[in-house]
Amino acid sequence: MASLIDLANPTRFMRLSRLLLPWMAGLAALLFLIGFYLAWFVAPADYQQGETIRIMFVHVPAAWLAMMLYTMMALSALGTLVWRHPLADVAQKAAAPIGACFALICLLTGAFWGKPMWGTYWVWDARLTSVLVLLLIYLGIIALWRTLDDPGRAGRAVAILTLVGFVNVPIIKFSVDWWNTLHQPASVFRTGGPTIHPSMLWPLLILAIAFTLLALSLHLVAMRAEIMRRRVRTLTILEAERLDRLALAGAAA
Amino acid sequence: MTHDRSWSRAFLAIVKRDLALAARAGGGGELALVFFLTIVVLVPFALGPDLNLLSKIGPAILWLGALLSMLIGLDRLFQSDEEDGSLDLIRASALPLELAVLAKGLAHWLTTGLPLALAAPLLGLLVALPAQAMLPVAGTLLVGTPALTFVGAAGAALAAGLRRGGLIVPVLVAPLTVPVLIFGVSAANSAVGGTIPFLTPFLILCAISLAAIVVGTVAAAAALRQGD
Repeated sequence: MASLIDLANPTRFMRLSRLLLPWMAGLAALLFLIGFYLAWFVAPADYQQGETIRIMFVHVPAAWLAMMLYTMMALSALGTLVWRHPLADVAQKAAAPIGACFALICLLTGAFWGKPMWGTYWVWDARLTSVLVLLLIYLGIIALWRTLDDPGRAGRAVAILTLVGFVNVPIIKFSVDWWNTLHQPASVFRTGGPTIHPSMLWPLLILAIAFTLLALSLHLVAMRAEIMRRRVRTLTILEAERLDRLALAGAAA
Repeated sequence: MTHDRSWSRAFLAIVKRDLALAARAGGGGELALVFFLTIVVLVPFALGPDLNLLSKIGPAILWLGALLSMLIGLDRLFQSDEEDGSLDLIRASALPLELAVLAKGLAHWLTTGLPLALAAPLLGLLVALPAQAMLPVAGTLLVGTPALTFVGAAGAALAAGLRRGGLIVPVLVAPLTVPVLIFGVSAANSAVGGTIPFLTPFLILCAISLAAIVVGTVAAAAALRQGD
């Protein structure tokens, strides 16, 4: 935890993130090159699904990341409420739009994959529906950020909402599963080893790491932007107060 | 002991006050009922007057109408108290904020959820709900609406200090009510016919309601504490 406490100093965080960012982004780019090369030219077309199987290489990492970013937001929410970590709500605010984007990418690529495979862009299947509900929760969180002006208050309010959502997500998942199921069950992480062939599994894993690094880099950039935005806000308020004082002094003299 | 006595007195005082406000200020309960009626009346205009179709989706219409009626007025749950200062008094009192939220939620449910559940069989006549489905629909609404109240209370508490609340509470709360809707409607439908026994979804609905009362109360109290 010592390192997390060190990072509570925004200046130190800015310095460290500036050092880290090019390496993370560079590694992400390298892994994207390798991963997409493998996905396009090395991985075989599926015997049943043909070339459309390649959509999987974007679709599956996007789904993982949509869930990972929400988990990160829930952890940050704990950081805001329990430890009052000063950067936790910055991390949370920065993660929300990225998570929403990955949820949207997951839904869109799923729709393009669904059209040739299932014959329709959208079905009210359990997994699709729970990602859609997750997207709605993301949008609600972003909406709450935008309605509250004071960043400190907004951070705590959003943290509570995020945690309530986090408790709710497994319940939603369970209830939607109960409601309807068509999507294939999980085929990578399961007991008894993956059911997917190594020639497809490797590009998928490499791309998953690449997408994760991309998401983390974007997250760092967004956090840095948010910290600077707050600094500008504070400076503006201070400057306005200074001008106020000057005007008062001028009126008195 | 003395704690318990004063707590239960404060708890009952909040419930009574909110019930009196709902009865006198004209707003709360009966407006939600009128809105419920309006939605149920609007659906046949959109779908056409086919009674077979309406009776098939009757439970769904009633549940959706009840859900919307509960969500629409929710943003006022804590906002009016925030505006006239009574929320600060409640915060400053010896009563734990969680219990105060529970009292306010209880009063809200008594004035909206309960009347909606009781009115559901009557409105069911409009959508040609089969007779054997009347009681199950009312029953599912009776045990399901507390979940809506308390999940909604958490959303309302987040928006308590907002000048422009309005749509934000339904947007925050609606996705979280998906499980309630699923199990409420499927329990009501299984009473009419189907392969699942009525009790399975009904008991899960009860469980969701109980969990929502706990989570919603704690979350709403935490949100109100952050407000100062």
